Amino acid sequence: MNVSRRIVLHFPPNITEQPVVYRLVKDFGLTFNILKASVSPGEEGLLVMELSGEQKNYDKGIKYLTETGVEIQSLSQDVVRDESRCTHCGACITICPTEAFSLEPKTRKVLFDHNKCVVCGLCVKACPPRAMILHF
Amino acid sequence: MAKTIAEINEKIRKGKAVVVTAEEVISIAKEKGVSRAAEEIDVVTTGTFGPMCGSGAFFNIGHSRPRIKLGGGKVYLNDVPVYAGIAAVDVFLGATALPDDDPRNKFYPGEFNYGGGHVIEEMVAGKDIRLTATAFGTDCYPRKKLETLINIKDINEAILFNLRNAYQNYNVAMNLSDKVIYTYMGVLKPNLGNANYSTAGQLSPLLNDPYYKTIGVGTKIFLGGGIGYVAWHGTQHNPTALRGDNGVPRRGSGTLAVIGDLKQMKPEWLVGTSMLGYGCTLTVGIGAPIPILSEEILRYTMVSDADILAPIVDYSEAYPQLKPDILGEVSYAELKSGRIKVQGKDVPTGSLSSYPKAMEIASILKKWIEKGEFLLAEPVAPLPGVESGITFKPLKERPIGD
Repeated sequence: MNVSRRIVLHFPPNITEQPVVYRLVKDFGLTFNILKASVSPGEEGLLVMELSGEQKNYDKGIKYLTETGVEIQSLSQDVVRDESRCTHCGACITICPTEAFSLEPKTRKVLFDHNKCVVCGLCVKACPPRAMILHF
Repeated sequence: MAKTIAEINEKIRKGKAVVVTAEEVISIAKEKGVSRAAEEIDVVTTGTFGPMCGSGAFFNIGHSRPRIKLGGGKVYLNDVPVYAGIAAVDVFLGATALPDDDPRNKFYPGEFNYGGGHVIEEMVAGKDIRLTATAFGTDCYPRKKLETLINIKDINEAILFNLRNAYQNYNVAMNLSDKVIYTYMGVLKPNLGNANYSTAGQLSPLLNDPYYKTIGVGTKIFLGGGIGYVAWHGTQHNPTALRGDNGVPRRGSGTLAVIGDLKQMKPEWLVGTSMLGYGCTLTVGIGAPIPILSEEILRYTMVSDADILAPIVDYSEAYPQLKPDILGEVSYAELKSGRIKVQGKDVPTGSLSSYPKAMEIASILKKWIEKGEFLLAEPVAPLPGVESGITFKPLKERPIGD
């Protein structure tokens, strides 16, 4: 069975220089999609990613991460759109750093691609009718 | 071929009027030719849906027993202060009013999650609203304190009265500075990072009637999902603004004051709105029907996004300092492509006005007219035009002295 989860990884300063993600791919056959990264040598690193693979390998990968000293949290926040409040104005489009919003050319409606969202929350307060909601 | 409004109304009554939206008319008139299109089309419907701060509502809440004179007292609706300096139980709620305890921009940028516009939306939605008031008490109005729930269906009048709506063209806002700024035109990223605009362009009421030849005082319109009327020209109405060869203003120019019974409006067309770091307002839906009385009037309604130019204004310096400088002009066709070129930089664009909602308004109004439910009203007075010489004046500050 395949699983796909969004997780937040906290790297202690001593392992930010190790190729942790590479090992996940090489040793456990997992695929990843980095949603957000803040890694500087010598400092605590943060990586938000979607990790996918077979359940068995996924569990092994998580075990490997834990043993290496990486602290793992599931991505507990999620940004969703309240369709009843969205007026499709487009104020969010240029605010989003990952271009999760786009215009449907024909109808000029604003599309929200949840997969591109990194849950930064910038759109939540920039949305004039407050249609973007941060879920915990 | 000149038609009259009375003749068009006769056709509407019979269910025979030919009605098209301001978007549809562009291709129809090109295909059929102006003269045939003007002959066949009776009404062109327009629409716009954007934040309009010049909005507000009057309420007459009815007299309590014993009576209280709110006039001269302090009155709040859901903690948002309303203006009570009128008759005993009349109040005015402005779209930008904020609760006294809102932190404003103390924690910059302020969030402004709830204000006058939101109270109007909830009122229209039929929700109970908390009214709290204190007054000084008189012989005929002895009561000094009032706390009650009110509901739009119970109070005597609820009148939407927007002093300035439906701007004929508007600025495109950008930011030349090196830090993010929070404006009524949205969040503007530094170093020309984005460009925000706010009109429906080719669908916008006054851009389809640039010289106010059909829209005047008394024109019946779609307002907030119900029926309203043009009450007057809006404040800051500026008919003498720079115009293109097609007559279309290239700067913010004409405006409308509009009025209507709030009780028959709908919350989806009057949306409480929060502008980060700026304040609260109300997003208003307006649509005006344009009777095709002549070929000339039809020709104006054929205006397309490519024919409408807007000025690009720097909101970090030129706008706040009231400097007339602009960074250039850009058409709505370019703005709607999603990217524009400004000072050699490729910039993404965003809108504060919803085109899909504007389209929906024009379509709803079209349906009302086709079904014979909405007759056109003959204006009782024109809006001041170019010949009025009216301009938009800055404040002339003078020292008060001692």
